[in-house]
Amino acid sequence: MSWKNYFSTSIGKKLQMSLTGLFLIVFLLVHCYVNAQIFYNDGGVRFNEAAHFMGTNIVIRITEFGLFGFLILHIVQGLSLAMKNKSRRSNAYAVSAGNKTSAWYSRSMALLGTLILLFLVMHISKFWAPNRFHQLTTGEEMNLFTAMREEFQTLWVVAVYAFGCISLAWHLIHGFYSAFQTLGLGTSKYKGTIKSIGVAFSIIIPLIFLMMPVLFYLHIIA
Amino acid sequence: MPLNSKIPAGPIDSKWKTYKATCKLVNPANKRQLEVIVVGTGLAGASAAASLGEMGYKVKAFCFQDSPRRAHSIAAQGGINAAKNYQNDGDSTYRLFYDTIKGGDYRAREGNVHRLAEVSANIIDQCVAAGVPFAREYGGLLSNRSFGGTQVQRTFYAAGQTGQQLLIGAYQGLERQVSLGNVEMYSRHEMLEVVMVDGVARGIIARNLVTGELERHFGHAVLLCTGGYGNVFYLSTNAMGSNVTAAWKAHKKGAFFGNPCFTQIHPTCIPVSGDHQSKLTLMSESLRNDGRIWVPKQKNDQRKPSEIKEEERDYYLERRYPAFGNLVPRDVASRAAKERCDAGYGVGSSKMAVYLDFGAAIERYGKIEANKQGKPNTSKEEIIVLGKGVVKEKYGNLFDMYEKITGENPYEMPMRIYPAVHYTMGGLWVDYELMTTVPGLYALGEANFSDHGANRLGASALMQGLADGYFVIPYTLGNRLADDIRTKAIPTDHPAFVAAEKEVSDRINKLMSIKGKESVESFHKRLGKIMWEKCGMARNAKGLNEAIQEIRELRKEFWSNVRIPGDIEEFNPELDKAGRVADFIELGELMCLDALNRNESCGGHFREEYQTEEGEALRDDEKYMYVAAWEYKGDSNFELHKEDLNYEVVHPSARSYK
Amino acid sequence: MQHYNMNLTLKVWKQKNSKTKGAFESYKVSNISSEMSFLEMFDVLNEQLVSEGKEPIAFDHDCREGICGMCSMYINGRAHGPWSQNTTCQLHMREYKDGDTIVVEPWRADAFPVIKDLVVDRSGFDRIIQAGGYISVNTGNAQDANALPIDKQKADESFAAASCIGCGACVAACPNASAMLFVSAKVSHLALLPQGDPERKTRAFNMVNQMDTEGFGSCTNIGACEAECPKGISLENIARLNREYIGSMLSGSNAEGLTN
Repeated sequence: MSWKNYFSTSIGKKLQMSLTGLFLIVFLLVHCYVNAQIFYNDGGVRFNEAAHFMGTNIVIRITEFGLFGFLILHIVQGLSLAMKNKSRRSNAYAVSAGNKTSAWYSRSMALLGTLILLFLVMHISKFWAPNRFHQLTTGEEMNLFTAMREEFQTLWVVAVYAFGCISLAWHLIHGFYSAFQTLGLGTSKYKGTIKSIGVAFSIIIPLIFLMMPVLFYLHIIA
Repeated sequence: MPLNSKIPAGPIDSKWKTYKATCKLVNPANKRQLEVIVVGTGLAGASAAASLGEMGYKVKAFCFQDSPRRAHSIAAQGGINAAKNYQNDGDSTYRLFYDTIKGGDYRAREGNVHRLAEVSANIIDQCVAAGVPFAREYGGLLSNRSFGGTQVQRTFYAAGQTGQQLLIGAYQGLERQVSLGNVEMYSRHEMLEVVMVDGVARGIIARNLVTGELERHFGHAVLLCTGGYGNVFYLSTNAMGSNVTAAWKAHKKGAFFGNPCFTQIHPTCIPVSGDHQSKLTLMSESLRNDGRIWVPKQKNDQRKPSEIKEEERDYYLERRYPAFGNLVPRDVASRAAKERCDAGYGVGSSKMAVYLDFGAAIERYGKIEANKQGKPNTSKEEIIVLGKGVVKEKYGNLFDMYEKITGENPYEMPMRIYPAVHYTMGGLWVDYELMTTVPGLYALGEANFSDHGANRLGASALMQGLADGYFVIPYTLGNRLADDIRTKAIPTDHPAFVAAEKEVSDRINKLMSIKGKESVESFHKRLGKIMWEKCGMARNAKGLNEAIQEIRELRKEFWSNVRIPGDIEEFNPELDKAGRVADFIELGELMCLDALNRNESCGGHFREEYQTEEGEALRDDEKYMYVAAWEYKGDSNFELHKEDLNYEVVHPSARSYK
Repeated sequence: MQHYNMNLTLKVWKQKNSKTKGAFESYKVSNISSEMSFLEMFDVLNEQLVSEGKEPIAFDHDCREGICGMCSMYINGRAHGPWSQNTTCQLHMREYKDGDTIVVEPWRADAFPVIKDLVVDRSGFDRIIQAGGYISVNTGNAQDANALPIDKQKADESFAAASCIGCGACVAACPNASAMLFVSAKVSHLALLPQGDPERKTRAFNMVNQMDTEGFGSCTNIGACEAECPKGISLENIARLNREYIGSMLSGSNAEGLTN
């Protein structure tokens, strides 16, 4: 009986989603902490220091590969599960229960995930990709603080970021609890706590992210 | 043909031991060559099929439901008896035996009943080992409660869902054998004929209820575990699909029908609310542990129960039967309720109901709970809240069910209950080995007549079903099949199979060709009405004679005016039902005949002509201490055979619960 | 409780067999008493159809007291209708009022193919049980029932899980048509008892594997199953199943008896 067998059943795949999801949650926390340095409003000094550390530390750089690996696994597995699950009921109900028996965001994880993915494509192409390209070609990092300040002067960019953060919040409200439930921690003893922490996390982290483009746009951070 | 019950010789407590020690055995290699057909997958069928599969027989199991787990054993609520004496209250095998014989009003076989009491303890062990989650005490040991007709606590239970838990246990064992390839399961299949080869049952004709196709199945022996026939009354606590068809086909092939008129009317059911009613719902007998039954002392009292003061209430069971009070056996409690309602003291809009009141129990439990929590000065309101909590824990699911059906909250006002048909003690006549008068054809569980006499005690049906399936048939079947090891499997193109299949298909074609005007359901309702009014809780010769005539006419009408829509070769529930109702009609006549023949009152059989001055049942041991085993001789023609009952151990006396 | 009569319009799924396509048909029923059960209302409709020479609607039902698990209708978007912790047979017409329209569909899941009208094939559940939903104990091998005390709380939890009636409402309600609540109820029932312990390492995997083979969807922790379960089987059981599964993965990768 190999690990592969264990990871290929529906619970196995759910475990993949849970573990990669938890990794992404940790990533969000770190990303949020680093980016929150801009709130010092010191012209990006502390932020660029932190970004420099993240961009050059060997452990972080290796982990970055893992991050992309897990992210891709999370996306591919998530979409494939969603499509497969959809196909398990080829004749849809004429009348559906709607929100009476479950929450819309729990049923819409693939949709929310896809929205986040679209946002990510733009986000990566604006910051991560150019920075790495810059590093590769010049050996120097970009000044990400300046890049942010420039990007977030455009209203539609800020709007897309807002949209991405809101999608992320809903995705997390289900995802955070779900990851722990999959690990078997959704017991009567822990379920309440996990759900509360999950909701708090899902609101606070996206909110902090959201404040960044908004504060730049409003020139509160300059 | 003299009936030979094959009770082993010797003292009562060594009969079964002797049998087990001396019966013939089949060696493992031969078991693999022997095929056994099990019809029905309730407690008796599932436990038999699983046990026989484990032993190595090749088993085919059949059920008409979509899964073996749905058999109606699942609906048993209260519990299962066993002489474990875990409560140290003086229980023993002998006492369980004695209570069952007495509860059955001295119309059951001593040998069978003692065996039942002996194996009862093993059943609990077996079920616990198989993962049945019985109720437990804080110390981790099994909990017991008391049931009607006994003075000890020997009933094991799992909330109000004991039947479900036991059946799931047996079902899981059965599915395990299916996965191992020892049992082949045929769901949504109905047995429609027994195939006889040289006077021996060698298989069945079954109809695939999804496709409508007829199938032939061979077996060295055929086990009928098909339950009771309470649905002959249309309204009963049985499931909608419960039927007599398999047993009736066997009867027509030569299996005698034992004591068909012995029907159990359960005292605590939710009353009928209107003509639309399709079934009656039981409220477990366990409720009588804590509920008190009463009617107003004043006739036609229109007041709400809460407005009727304590001294204006007639707790008639406690009044009439002080020793057993609300825990008298079912037949006694049912008749007492009928007596009060007939006399004009009934309650509710139909006036055909009595109250089952938990007020006193709630207060009593509330006080105990308050003391437990160290709050002796709790107010009355709080005591009631606490008490309701305790009652909820004990009977919550039953109370919820009552509320769903009636729309009334039983925590606030007493339940209204009335007796309803629940169980049939009668069934196919079997000997000690559970074999019918047809060689190779066995009947287990409620389908046979053997253990409960004229009245079954609460929590004994589950016990009997599992006893037969787990602990009796594995021995007795081997005793027969040991002589059958040279019989090769008979190919199903044998003329006997062809003929049996033709019989079935002719009958189905005939039913479909009637194309009359009246629905099957309507005929069933009409039959039920005749049976309930004239062969129900109280019977008399005049009514029974009328009933026989009415049933004969109904039968003619059925066969000339029934309307069955749809086709034969498709999923057609109306056709399935038509076959069952046709058999019920024939059975109904036999039941009335049997009731007419038995000029005495005993257990569930109450003939108005035979009662004491106080209205208690009056037995006639001189003339009727026998099992009436009826042989089918053609349409409306039945011959009575008597199996005399010899009481070597228990001395029949007037049954008193006073 | 005030009783009343009502007239209703029913839109019911009609499908001849698993091979043909189905469609909704409309029916009118009148003088339905508020005291009837939902299935008794269907009895009235079927009687009416038979008398009109039409074919009645096929629907599964048996005990009509909420325990056999046979009845299975998806009523106005809800498995077993709108009442919580309830089966269709126990749903009563006092829920509805005169003039209402009720849409009735079969359980829809590819793993539950329609046999006819509202009747579906749930034999996949039996095969899931066959994959490991039992304790391997032969008749006659048991020790005394009280030889092994079981913590009351665990016994009660086990009972709560075992009260699953196998009706399939969890599958019907689940947007993924997953049977995870059913599987988890059985795994929990057995995992909570010491008798179930010896086969723990294989049970969860084998049953889940069979569930996948049957074509049920996978669980994404949505929770509609719990909301619609007539017996109130909790999602906690799925958490326990997941623990059992992970436990088996971490400790019993080479356990004998795993399928696959």
